[in-house]
Amino acid sequence: MTDPKTLSPLDLDTPDKTFLDANELVINMGPQHPATHGVLRVILRLDGEKVMGLECVIGYLHRGVEKIAENRTYTMFNPYVDRMDYVAAVSNGLGYCEAVEKLLNVEAPARAQYIRVILTELNRIASHQLWLGTHALDIGAITPLFYTFRDREEILKIFEKYCGARLTTHAFRIGGLQYEAYDGFEKDVRNFVAFVKPKIDEYEELLTTNRIWLERTKGVGTISGKDCIALGVTGPVLRASGVKWDIRKALPYANYRNFDFEIPTGENGDTYDRYIVRMIEMRQSLRIIEQAVKGIPGGPIMAKVPKVMKPPVGEVYHSIEAPKGELGYFIVSDGSTQPYRVRVRPPSFVNLQALDLMCRGQLVADVIAVIGTLDIVLGEVDR
Amino acid sequence: MHELVQYIQSYLDSPFTPGGAGNIFWATVYILLVFVGLSVAVIAMNWLERKILAHMQVRLGPMRVGPHGLLQPIADALKLLLKEDIIPAEADAVVFWVAPFIVVLAAFTVFVVVPFGPTHAITDMNIGILFMLGVSSLSVLGIVTAGWASNSHYPLIGALRSSAQMVSYEVAMGLAVVSAIMMTSLNEEGQGTLSMIGIVEAQKAQGEWFLFKFFPLGIIAFAIFAIAMVAETNRAPFDLPEAESELTAGFHTEYSGFRWSLFFLAEYSAMIAVSSIAVTLWLGGWLHPFPNALNGATWDLVFSLFPGITFLFLAGMCFYSTVRMPKHPLFRIQTIGLAGFGAVLAVIGLILFVPGVRVRVQDVFWFSAKVAGFMYLYIWYRGTFPRYRFDQLMKVGWKVLLPTGLALLIVTALVGMRTEIWAAIAGGPR
Amino acid sequence: MIVGGILVITRKNAVHSALALISTLLAQAGLYLMLYAPFVAGVQIILYAGGIMVLFLFVIMLISIERNMKERQFNRQWLVGIIAAAALGGLFIAVYTTTTRGRTLFIEGRMAYGENQNTQMIANLLFDRRAGTYMFAFEIASLLLLVAIIGAVVMAKKRI
Repeated sequence: MTDPKTLSPLDLDTPDKTFLDANELVINMGPQHPATHGVLRVILRLDGEKVMGLECVIGYLHRGVEKIAENRTYTMFNPYVDRMDYVAAVSNGLGYCEAVEKLLNVEAPARAQYIRVILTELNRIASHQLWLGTHALDIGAITPLFYTFRDREEILKIFEKYCGARLTTHAFRIGGLQYEAYDGFEKDVRNFVAFVKPKIDEYEELLTTNRIWLERTKGVGTISGKDCIALGVTGPVLRASGVKWDIRKALPYANYRNFDFEIPTGENGDTYDRYIVRMIEMRQSLRIIEQAVKGIPGGPIMAKVPKVMKPPVGEVYHSIEAPKGELGYFIVSDGSTQPYRVRVRPPSFVNLQALDLMCRGQLVADVIAVIGTLDIVLGEVDR
Repeated sequence: MHELVQYIQSYLDSPFTPGGAGNIFWATVYILLVFVGLSVAVIAMNWLERKILAHMQVRLGPMRVGPHGLLQPIADALKLLLKEDIIPAEADAVVFWVAPFIVVLAAFTVFVVVPFGPTHAITDMNIGILFMLGVSSLSVLGIVTAGWASNSHYPLIGALRSSAQMVSYEVAMGLAVVSAIMMTSLNEEGQGTLSMIGIVEAQKAQGEWFLFKFFPLGIIAFAIFAIAMVAETNRAPFDLPEAESELTAGFHTEYSGFRWSLFFLAEYSAMIAVSSIAVTLWLGGWLHPFPNALNGATWDLVFSLFPGITFLFLAGMCFYSTVRMPKHPLFRIQTIGLAGFGAVLAVIGLILFVPGVRVRVQDVFWFSAKVAGFMYLYIWYRGTFPRYRFDQLMKVGWKVLLPTGLALLIVTALVGMRTEIWAAIAGGPR
Repeated sequence: MIVGGILVITRKNAVHSALALISTLLAQAGLYLMLYAPFVAGVQIILYAGGIMVLFLFVIMLISIERNMKERQFNRQWLVGIIAAAALGGLFIAVYTTTTRGRTLFIEGRMAYGENQNTQMIANLLFDRRAGTYMFAFEIASLLLLVAIIGAVVMAKKRI
């Protein structure tokens, strides 16, 4: 039998399969499954317990967002963007607004950018907390879920106080913000930072040195940095495989140059490294929030943007570092009020391609751990 | 009336267990008592598990069905009894029907030899521990047949995995048990015993619980048994065969309603049974702490007050919660119910202060308290640990626990026989 | 025990036969108990009914899972079988009742030891330096089993 890891991801039919290998089993992890984080269908080819190949069937949550964009004005399309990666809605909004601002050649004022950064980093922490809870639940640790969701409530309260919504926030507008930071926003954020730091230590205490956690995650779902780059995988998955690439540092946007933070990388590219990378990212986000809250400048929160937006003819690609990876927007404008084409590059969609390579040679029980560690959101994958 | 009390007292004070004395009537009474006590314990475990797990997870658990969810297990039992009894189409009806009963039978029969006191066991077989291990290994058969009878691929795989796990950890359990049995032979007459009551008596005679004997050998043996017993009962972190988020479903997937509740009843009784083994072998059974050091009339009095104090404490907690209940008319029934429950607990506590009752109940109380500690550990493990993958689980059983158990056995034997060995060496070959 | 034995050979379903075998073995443990040998009874339950039968069931369930095992038991030579079994039974009965050696085999009084001596006696027979004669045989048997286990693992092994 050839070593499954040496096969390229498109090689689903192993070349030297003989009729003696008739005990291969094809199992369907149907669209409804408690562990696939959404409506994802995974077809596994097993040899006994080992996974020989894997195929994902997506599209169960396709809502035609990109087509809808062609019939909405730029401002009208803004709320749709939140619904793609509904866990980290604020990042989606940030990416879209910045892309359109690039097209319009305006820049949001400094105050707006600081508040944007604070909200985006808060959302990154919330997204990672949700990831941690569900990932631990899949592996069998049922308690961290409740801890992370309880702490996530504080972030959602801040969002609710700011813009009225907890999940699909529609927090940003093209050119800046609509709502001024409410009274007590800075105090709330500072309290939150102080509140959540020991909580992250609590999560780590439960899991990081737990020998059962280590056995379930070390060496599971390994992917090398080279394969990551070849497949286009970005985000914590890429960083855990050793490649130090973060768009906030590489192609900074929204004033990230002003903040001092580190990019964690891992060594082996296995599930444990991805876990550690995301935990460190949470702490680094706290660091950014602390710095941002200290120095929010005064000034306007909205740039001079025409009421009826007709961007010049052209195209723009703008990407940001969403919690799950590189979230990119490619917008083509034909000069009218409605975009000609909006193409979203969702990080989960591209990351999902790596699932096949990561699961080869693993046991069935690890497939669920690997899906969890990729941190996919089906709303983003299917749009 | 006085004669009735005297008659009962004469039997309760007899130096034999009912089985040992051959008294069928009292044996039946004891059997019924144990059965009722076990059922109450299982119901309480259900409630406790949900509440304690919830509190560990920063939530409240069942609160509605009775005051603080106290009637929840009864509601669950009612629901399960009234559910539709589904039998899969191609399933083997006889085997399907028999399988839950095998598991329940095995789990309940074990309690025949569990010693709640020096004479408070249904019978005291002189192969007591062997009997317990043997009968609890019969539950594996029930699980295998349950998986088979469902006539579906996934429950069968789950059942086979579950039974493979149980059989593997039985080996480790057996080794740990043997090393504890060896320690029983270190009393004056040099005669070890397999009987459960004899083991506790040996601990009393040797003056220390086997947990602390030959430190750290007793603790290592206890640790091996404690891990193996969690795996034996298919509880977290070894519950892969019955976890929902894995691909292969558990062996009890196709069972609904009353049959499922039988499995779940058997699981809890098996937990209590193996905890009883652990308590008897290592933790001194029914002995209160420091049985030899703190011996004397005053210390006996102090220790015998514990049951009553415990129940009064529980009653106090009930009254405290009653006071803190919301003062809304909709909560009136719950408040009254909770106060009533607290009153019942207080009455039981006061009864337990009566000198006659106090002395007799003491042994049962200490035994139950220790077993309750183990139950708390079980729930704690479930809330804390992720699940082991199946191959890692088997690896731990065979590659870690088994060699450790064997080494422990040999070292315990050597340490236990050190005087003889030394005499043989020092006496030297003539 | 007899009922269990008959069920083992007459059931069509192999799993039913295995369950009947389990009940036969449990009955045999009961027989040991009646012979004042509780240790042997306990070990019989643990090892035979709780271990070996589980193995039997594993094999039956894994191998025959595809096929429906509702095969009709057929045996063309049942007449010869009955004659042979009757002859053997007659021989046993003749030996036990007529010869002097046979008559002394199962005298009630022979079981003079109380039931709480069984474990100790087995230990004496195995381990005692002067009286124990079975140690060597015991160890050889266990070594044989070890060889069988290793052989089975080597033959069935495939890289996981």
